[in-house]
Amino acid sequence: MVDQTRYSELKVNSSRYWLILGVLAILAGAGLAAAHYMDVEGHHVSGMNNQIVWGMPHVFAIFLIIASSGALNIASLSSVFGKLIYEPLARLSAVLSIALLVGGLAILLLDLGRPDRLIVAITYYNFKSIFAWNIILYSGFIVVVAAYLWLMMERRMHAYSKPAGIVALIWRLVLTTGTGSIFGFLVAREAYDTALLAPMFIVMSFAFGLAVFILLLMASFKLDKRVLGDCHLQRLRNLLGIFTAAIFYFVLLFHITKLYGTQNHGVEYFLLVEGGIYTALFWLFQIGAGNLLPLLLIYLPALKQSRVSLVLACCLVIVGAFAQLYVIIIGGQAYPLNIFPGYEVSSSFYDGVIGEYMPSIWELMLGLGGFATSIIIVFMIMRILPVTPEILPDDQASGITS
Amino acid sequence: MKSNHNSQPDAVPAGSSRRDFLKASAAIASVFVAPGVMLYQTSIARSPDQAVDSTVRWGMLIDTNAMTEADVDKCVSACQREHGWKSTGKPTDTQWIRKLDLLDLETGYKKSLPMMCQHCEDPPCVDVCPTGASFKRADGIVLVDKHTCIGCRYCMLACPYKARSFIHENLTDQLAVAPRGKGTVESCTLCVHRIDRDGVNAVPACAEAVNSANRKPMVFGDLNDPNSEISRRLAKLGAKKLRADLGLNPGIRYQGL
Repeated sequence: MVDQTRYSELKVNSSRYWLILGVLAILAGAGLAAAHYMDVEGHHVSGMNNQIVWGMPHVFAIFLIIASSGALNIASLSSVFGKLIYEPLARLSAVLSIALLVGGLAILLLDLGRPDRLIVAITYYNFKSIFAWNIILYSGFIVVVAAYLWLMMERRMHAYSKPAGIVALIWRLVLTTGTGSIFGFLVAREAYDTALLAPMFIVMSFAFGLAVFILLLMASFKLDKRVLGDCHLQRLRNLLGIFTAAIFYFVLLFHITKLYGTQNHGVEYFLLVEGGIYTALFWLFQIGAGNLLPLLLIYLPALKQSRVSLVLACCLVIVGAFAQLYVIIIGGQAYPLNIFPGYEVSSSFYDGVIGEYMPSIWELMLGLGGFATSIIIVFMIMRILPVTPEILPDDQASGITS
Repeated sequence: MKSNHNSQPDAVPAGSSRRDFLKASAAIASVFVAPGVMLYQTSIARSPDQAVDSTVRWGMLIDTNAMTEADVDKCVSACQREHGWKSTGKPTDTQWIRKLDLLDLETGYKKSLPMMCQHCEDPPCVDVCPTGASFKRADGIVLVDKHTCIGCRYCMLACPYKARSFIHENLTDQLAVAPRGKGTVESCTLCVHRIDRDGVNAVPACAEAVNSANRKPMVFGDLNDPNSEISRRLAKLGAKKLRADLGLNPGIRYQGL
């Protein structure tokens, strides 16, 4: 079936558009400046150290990378699974996916100890490294999604968008598996070392990507005064609810699996009970604000028609995402290595103690700069390419609910 | 007597020629023998062009019972002097080797030991390094290639022994034997510069600092050679590999744990 939707570039008035872009550019510029400062001074100006080697930039980067994978869900549902109601949104979904990935990769690159050695990173490969595989998966994903987007936009080539969609779907599942495995493969760290992290990251990507997508959709339609029917939003709302519940299931399974083995009681007690900031983030922000509250906002009958509750739910899912990634990435490193089971260990190198970490302003600037870069890319593409449907009324959705 | 006296002038030239003969012999001998001695020495070490091979696997046996806390401190100081790193106790400071204090909470038993890169046979840091900068030499020494390390720190996350440090600050006064660079990762090299210079006679700085004629708590040597001192001591007394459950087969072994 040929896509009958009319797409157009964002028509938001110039001054408002440039104002938004200007604010985002300041944030992106500040991120670059922060990265430059960390590069010149060395990472001692960040909060990271030899105990917590990955910090806030990685929380931002991994959020953006897995959200990128999930943002393509809408396009996959349309091209691969034949859900035609999502077809008008498929282009925007692909654009967001590329933009989020570029922002995430920029942060990862700029946080390197030697960002000037980018050429080394792309010319020297150790194929046993999941990190090296991810470099290929990430850069390949941008190419695959860009080709997929072109096939969707070029009417003569539209027939090929389904196979491209299948390739992109498989690619992103592998990509997010790879991202989860960065941690899952770390056998020496008790907080990681489980294959469960890979599917958990996939489910997280679905929810995080969709939350960003819904916010982008609602914001851009409101900005451009386009009609956005409830039917589409209800579908997206239900999807977000399912994905959020699935995250909750995986988190539950993760901790129950860890708790079953006596050797992991220490790290679980740390994360769930006495871990201070990590425990607070886990219960209050990840589980409370990031899982349970969005589920209430999505499914409570009284709120079901409320767009405000949907926006709030999306924002909370993103807050929960950051809390979850902070607990996984930083909490997992903070718990000390158990080199001598049965002994209490101490040293001047912080053996046997919980690693201390306080994100510096430079790391936050770099992270926010990457996020801003993603949104700049989205808005610029939306402004110059016809990727946004002109109208998404309910009556158009009613006939194609397959 | 006269004749003797008369013979003196003859005797002098004779004695002189004997000395000349000895001198000449010594010179000839040194021309032919010295290169042989030199060759013998370089065969113990290795020419800079010659690649290392896996017939040798360097390792170290640490007898923790024979080491005092002061010994461990000496190890750390010797490594700092040898490689030019220092630690002021900041969490961003480098530590190639550190003193670990162990306390058995049940019994109150205490122990101190030196902890450094364990030079695993299957090092996780090498597995995870995206560029291959983290690598294991054929002779078992695990190193970081300073030219291809991009400073991603993934190896630090993967190391079960917390053996690696990231250089967080600009460096000054580096030593020629241990080139270092801000933004890259580093760890114990097992004094690879000494090994490449002295071959089987090499002793890493930490071991040199605590070993003496009377006692040898740190034995460095070739784990592949059954007749090496380290192999003989391992065969006789055994030793522990840290985190043996991970199956990494580290080259550093500990007795007395």
